[in-house]
Amino acid sequence: MSSGDGVSVAQKPAKRLTSAVIRFAGDSGDGMQMAGTQFTDTSALFGNDVATLPDFPAEIRAPAGTVAGVSGFQINFASEDIHTPGDRVNALIAMNPAALKAHIVDVEPGGLVIVNETEFTKVNLKKAKYAEGYNPLDDEVLNSSYQLLRVPISRLNSEALAETGLGAKDAGRCRNMYALGIVYWLYGRPLETTVTFIENYFTKKKKRPEVAEANIKALKAGYYFGETAEIFSTRYAIDKAEIAPGVYRKVTGNDALAMGLIAASELSGKDLVYCSYPITPASTILHALSAQKQFGVKTFQAEDEIAACCAAIGASYAGQIGVTGTSGPGLALKGEAMGLAVITELPLIVVNVQRGGPSTGLPTKTEQADLLQAMYGRNSDSPVVVLAPSSPGDCFEIGIEAARIAMQHMTPVVILTDGYLANGAEPWAIPDVEKLEPIELPEAGDASSFEPYARDEKGVRPWASPGMAGFEHRIGGLEKEHVTGNVSYDPENHQLMTLLRQQKIDKVAEQVPAIEPYGDADAELLVLGWGGPCGSIYTAVERARERGLKVAGAHLRYLNPMPMNLGEVLKRFPRVLIPEINMGQLRSMLRAKFLVDARGLNKVQGRPFLVEEISMAIDRMLDGTWGDAEALMPRNGELVLPRPWTN
Amino acid sequence: MISQNTPLAVLKPKDFASDQDVRWCPGCGDYAILKQTQKVLANLGSRRENTVFVAGIGCSSRFPYYMGTYGFHTIHGRGAAVATGVKIANPELDVWLVTGDGDGLSIGGNHLMHALRRNVGLNIMLFNNRIYGLTKGQYSPTSEQGKKTPSTPMGSIDPPLSPLSIAVAAEASFVARSVDVDKSLTDVLETAAKHPGTSLVEIYQDCNVFNHEAFAYATGRRGFEKEDHVLRLEAGQPMIFGKDRDKGIRLTDLKPEVVQLGDGVSEADLLVHDPSDHCLAFLLSRLRHPEFPEPVGVIYAAEKPRYEELVAGQVAEARERRPDANLRDLLHAGETFTVEA
Ligand SMILES: Cc1ncc(C[n+]2csc(CCOP(=O)(O)OP(=O)(O)O)c2C)c(N)n1
Ligand code: SF4
Repeated sequence: MSSGDGVSVAQKPAKRLTSAVIRFAGDSGDGMQMAGTQFTDTSALFGNDVATLPDFPAEIRAPAGTVAGVSGFQINFASEDIHTPGDRVNALIAMNPAALKAHIVDVEPGGLVIVNETEFTKVNLKKAKYAEGYNPLDDEVLNSSYQLLRVPISRLNSEALAETGLGAKDAGRCRNMYALGIVYWLYGRPLETTVTFIENYFTKKKKRPEVAEANIKALKAGYYFGETAEIFSTRYAIDKAEIAPGVYRKVTGNDALAMGLIAASELSGKDLVYCSYPITPASTILHALSAQKQFGVKTFQAEDEIAACCAAIGASYAGQIGVTGTSGPGLALKGEAMGLAVITELPLIVVNVQRGGPSTGLPTKTEQADLLQAMYGRNSDSPVVVLAPSSPGDCFEIGIEAARIAMQHMTPVVILTDGYLANGAEPWAIPDVEKLEPIELPEAGDASSFEPYARDEKGVRPWASPGMAGFEHRIGGLEKEHVTGNVSYDPENHQLMTLLRQQKIDKVAEQVPAIEPYGDADAELLVLGWGGPCGSIYTAVERARERGLKVAGAHLRYLNPMPMNLGEVLKRFPRVLIPEINMGQLRSMLRAKFLVDARGLNKVQGRPFLVEEISMAIDRMLDGTWGDAEALMPRNGELVLPRPWTN
Repeated sequence: MISQNTPLAVLKPKDFASDQDVRWCPGCGDYAILKQTQKVLANLGSRRENTVFVAGIGCSSRFPYYMGTYGFHTIHGRGAAVATGVKIANPELDVWLVTGDGDGLSIGGNHLMHALRRNVGLNIMLFNNRIYGLTKGQYSPTSEQGKKTPSTPMGSIDPPLSPLSIAVAAEASFVARSVDVDKSLTDVLETAAKHPGTSLVEIYQDCNVFNHEAFAYATGRRGFEKEDHVLRLEAGQPMIFGKDRDKGIRLTDLKPEVVQLGDGVSEADLLVHDPSDHCLAFLLSRLRHPEFPEPVGVIYAAEKPRYEELVAGQVAEARERRPDANLRDLLHAGETFTVEA
């Protein structure tokens, strides 16, 4: 086997694994996201199934060397079908003491820990707030609990680049590639993908061929180090995954969503007008769409979130597809404008990439606690359609589906994705463009009989836009008279219009596919999820079944209106468990609507569920030890009641 | 639908009225503005189907309901943002924004400022009645300090702001002022409508219920001689005013002053109006009653690229650069790999 560029692979024994979870961790300036992304791309191209979990600090440049400034990137890559970035880390690459401190807790006992020994200086140990005189590398417990490998990465990297003539600072920056080279060797990965990436990025884009050369040199030097140094006893091999045939690429949720929206524009023949105000973790949708103007995409960076929502409404009113994207606090600001879209019955897509809250909360961490805000966070009865993708790749389909519903039903549609789906990546089977269904648009009818609030059999009003002669009409936020759309304060009319607006949303359910549980049809327990946790739930359900338990699982992609068979499905299973990254918002909705005794597993830590957390909940639901608590929370590997935590 | 061959009928002012009953208080200044706007559209040869009136919330913001064009009565303060979206989506439309001093300068100050600096092709009519009409008479951002209202029984302590100074400072490309009952309003609106970018026209409007005759000095009520209190601006002309056209504005040490013509002061000493002079525009926006006559007419006009055209221009440029962009290639961009059956 050759890893390219003449690097031959040493004949060390390779241990076959079905999957491995590795995590790169270092200072925010260490290039860990780039190293992680490269490893992911290489593994995806190699043919593994992959799932990633990037973890950024909230500060752009927290003081170097501190725990607050640690940036991590976790990758699960496998020869089998996987749905999560993995629970326990098998191999940690810690570029400094702070990274070791922040991430060692997640490494499995006996796991591999590669530390950049050069950085374990007195100063850095102090910055990481280790006790005076203590160096974790000398800690016996640590050494006996993990396979701790000290590699002076910074020093070796500088030595390798000594001849390049690059300044110390630029050379130092290549240490992430040196580390990546070591890991590539360890897992028998080819270097080509990263070499090509470096050339494209540094030579073509940044016009710095000397930097490209140094990075490639560092990468190879790391690789050779793995081969020649006698410190690694084993290498690991993870075969290609058996995935369905097709053409694949790696996508993050935000990439996929941006492509889905562009596809919707192509499928409907309407221009996409994306209006947004920057906010983490939604901004990359704005970036992605701003780079695709050749598709007729217009992007508008508004002065704030309500302006962005209003401009999107204006764009829809003018006959194109108005889309606005944000994250939690931004959705709060859009609320009033969304009410306007509800009463004017205009198409509108609102993307909410949920993050930790309330308020600014945990801006770079994931959460799914805006469900009730999306459902009810507006004044008065103000129903909208709410959708949630179940994986990064599913964001593509959700983008198209949202546009289809918004335009065919003349309604705002909220897409609830989350930080985990938005930044996480997975291999995505690229759909066949020819097979994407065109989005048929409702006709405005005949000018002579046009009434702005006449409804068709689906309860949908016609979409006539400025520029169309004979259809001139006035709309606005004041209550409309049924059919004519004139302003009306008539009490009976308000009740009727409130009902009609609700019925219009309810009618969307006729197009919603039935929810189809997977797993055991005669299961004792249904584990129901939405959004980010769907992958962990799937894995936990499958593992439970492998252990002989009778369990079923399901993803709810349509949160409003819900699939028409949902009530029947919930009643089919004696027990229902709903894991959510919130305090039980879907659970409350389902309890209220279907009077079902659904139980919750609620984790609000800015992190996705571990599979084992859901597995534990499944066990406790089935073995009767759960008791009568409505919800439990994972904490330090246990499930506890959500009451005030005491230490 | 109108066929391509039918000659377009010439529309009259009444063709721009909707079938809705106008519900402002009798005597409200809004009526006069509505009438003149309908006349302006007829004069301009506007088409109903291509004309859109967008408004925020307030008495004045009910305006779109009374126009026989397309209309969108939005939410408080956000009309500018909605109108911006309309223009971005369809630059061909003739979009008017109606807003009040509360709507446009208080809750919507942010959006107004940004529409102006972007130079979105909107005709903005800012109805200034120096009060909140719809919510029954609280003071507004343009109310004078000391104004007694239900929310300021001891007099308001907020200093008022000048809409025109804000517009000039926000890089507006067209700034003008007129008065609801003044015949010049038609001209000013027509000139504003012809201006290619954002135009902002401040219109002094009488709220005869909550702030009656706040602009008596400019409308000639309560015994005022209005020509003594307004300065009618004309490009290239010296700034003369007064019933007998015997007073003028002179600049001394960069400060404007009111001078009496004669007695050694001649027209040649007076400031001459130049609507392309940004500094002068700001100076004019600072002239306030009672120390000065207040300018009416076009204060500032300059050509600047229009926002929606820049947006469309980038789309066109991107299309030119990548003429064969297609969805398939977009989805397949970057590194792909094939899993064989
Ligand atoms: C979010 C919101 N806040 C407050 C209001 C109440 N409100 C309606 S109009 C208005 C002030 C209108 O004043 P102005 O814009 O000067 O218009 P006028 O009624 O004087 O023409 C206020 C405070 C509202 N409709 N929406
Ligand atoms: S309250 Fe004032 S501004 Fe409102 S309609 Fe009556 S007179 Fe006009």
